[in-house]
Amino acid sequence: MRWTVLVVFVLLFALITVIGFLAGRWRRGDLDLLHEWGLGGRRFGTFVAWFLIGGDLYTAYTFIAIPALVFGAGAIGFFAVPYTIIIYPLLYVVFPRFWSVCRRHGYVTTADFVRGRFGNGSLALAIAITGIVATMPYIALQLVGIQVVIGAMGIGGQGLLHDLPLIIAFVILAAFTYTSGLRAPALIAVVKDLLIYIAVVAAIIVVPIELGGYGKIFAAIPAAKLVLPSPKGSTFGLYSAYATLALGSALALFLYPHSATGILSSKSAGVVRRNAALLPAYSFLLGLIALLGFMAVAAGLAKNPEFAPGFKQYGPSFAVPALFLASFPAWFAGLAFAAIGIGALVPAAIMSIATANLFTRNIFKEFINPACTDAEESQVAKLASLVVKLGALVFVIALPLKYAVQLQLLGGIWIIQTLPAVMIALYTRFLNGWALLIGWICGVLSGTWMAAMLHFAGTVYPIHLLGMTIPGYAALWSLLINIVVSFALSLVFNAIASDRHKDATAAEDYA
Amino acid sequence: MPVPPSERPPRTHAARILLLAPFIAMLWVSSYNSITPKLGGIPFYYWYQLLWVIIGAGITGLVYLVER
Repeated sequence: MRWTVLVVFVLLFALITVIGFLAGRWRRGDLDLLHEWGLGGRRFGTFVAWFLIGGDLYTAYTFIAIPALVFGAGAIGFFAVPYTIIIYPLLYVVFPRFWSVCRRHGYVTTADFVRGRFGNGSLALAIAITGIVATMPYIALQLVGIQVVIGAMGIGGQGLLHDLPLIIAFVILAAFTYTSGLRAPALIAVVKDLLIYIAVVAAIIVVPIELGGYGKIFAAIPAAKLVLPSPKGSTFGLYSAYATLALGSALALFLYPHSATGILSSKSAGVVRRNAALLPAYSFLLGLIALLGFMAVAAGLAKNPEFAPGFKQYGPSFAVPALFLASFPAWFAGLAFAAIGIGALVPAAIMSIATANLFTRNIFKEFINPACTDAEESQVAKLASLVVKLGALVFVIALPLKYAVQLQLLGGIWIIQTLPAVMIALYTRFLNGWALLIGWICGVLSGTWMAAMLHFAGTVYPIHLLGMTIPGYAALWSLLINIVVSFALSLVFNAIASDRHKDATAAEDYA
Repeated sequence: MPVPPSERPPRTHAARILLLAPFIAMLWVSSYNSITPKLGGIPFYYWYQLLWVIIGAGITGLVYLVER
């Protein structure tokens, strides 16, 4: 047991627990209204939105998994950097329109928008279910992030004792989300980010000094891992894999329910635009964090007997915790671990709120109890957020980690299939609701089939075109199928029976 | 009930074309898949992509200022 690390960790966790409960009183609103509980009253300005969306998109899982990928596989793991560069022009151009139309009509979820735009309950249901299913394993992976740092603090044991710290963290998370709604992660995100920035800035200064400079660190990396291998013969090799992973991940990101929740909680479209220019600060941070993977290689941590049990249990995910334990005094490692642990709670809270909003608005109110009052709606959402988190917890404790990872990979393939109905629909009503639904089905099936062909171990699927092999992100290939089907069928359906009169939105709603 | 817009919509300026630059630069992988030139011991591949984080943010910020 690493006691000093543990004490610092527990103190910081206690601090954010208090903040989480007090958050409900901050910018007080009537938490019996869904947009107050689930969107913080749409009142967050540039500053708070920066922390909230940053804490939402750059999760603890990212902070563990990206350096782990760089640690294990090298240059390919850096795709997170181009990915998080190109999301922001996209955010700037596309999502202020989404914010505007949702504000005008009181939409809380992407499926609300699709329901209004196409007047098609089946399509909206498909969008809602996709969001819920894609987010659940994502929440589970956040809990895994907590598990890794708990393990790194030397808390072992068997059975219930082993899972107890995770259960405690989960209960705290569930309680403050229930009582304070989106205001809790928004305030906690401020503390979490300060801790993350302190930990990372210290790491990129201190560790290279200990290891003899960046030159020495990169010299310790095998040449094959330092850059991508050049493609040979008639294949684009890792070049097209790298580019399509970045592009596909970027297109998918803002379709996730928790991203939409972050955007819609902003108080104006201007806040969204400003943050498109300010949020890249996190991308820079993520790039630096990715380099921690190489520092862990250069420090020879994998061969250090002190960390052998950690690497045995958690694999490359143990690289970052081990690096902090090896390079810093115990109290500082505690601070860094708390940053990761709290960094898991923030997105987990927002994700559970976002899925709860989807369930309440697009399943409960749409199909189960259309006559429910505002207070009942809000109550259902609070309960749904508990169920979602309980599901994630059971998932993490009862099933092997690999299922959560595989489902999260599949989740990315599924969520991108909502792009035509959400993003393209912000620009044109040419598409027909039923055509979009069939396109969605084709996208989900083809994407899942490609993943199955890869035995659910990866997402880079090679397609063969004009004698060339193009390995690429399965989400992107299946999205292309989806788009072609959606447009082709819309042409036919519009000619037979147009559904354009069902559009509840008007052109000026999008400005 | 629809509510009126809360702020004046921004002008859409031709400068938006610049927002394509990060896509082109980052998806053109072969242009930066190289160890040299190094910067402070860091291979080109890494510092170039990190540099584009800053350029990309600068472009988005510039377009925001022009359109405001």
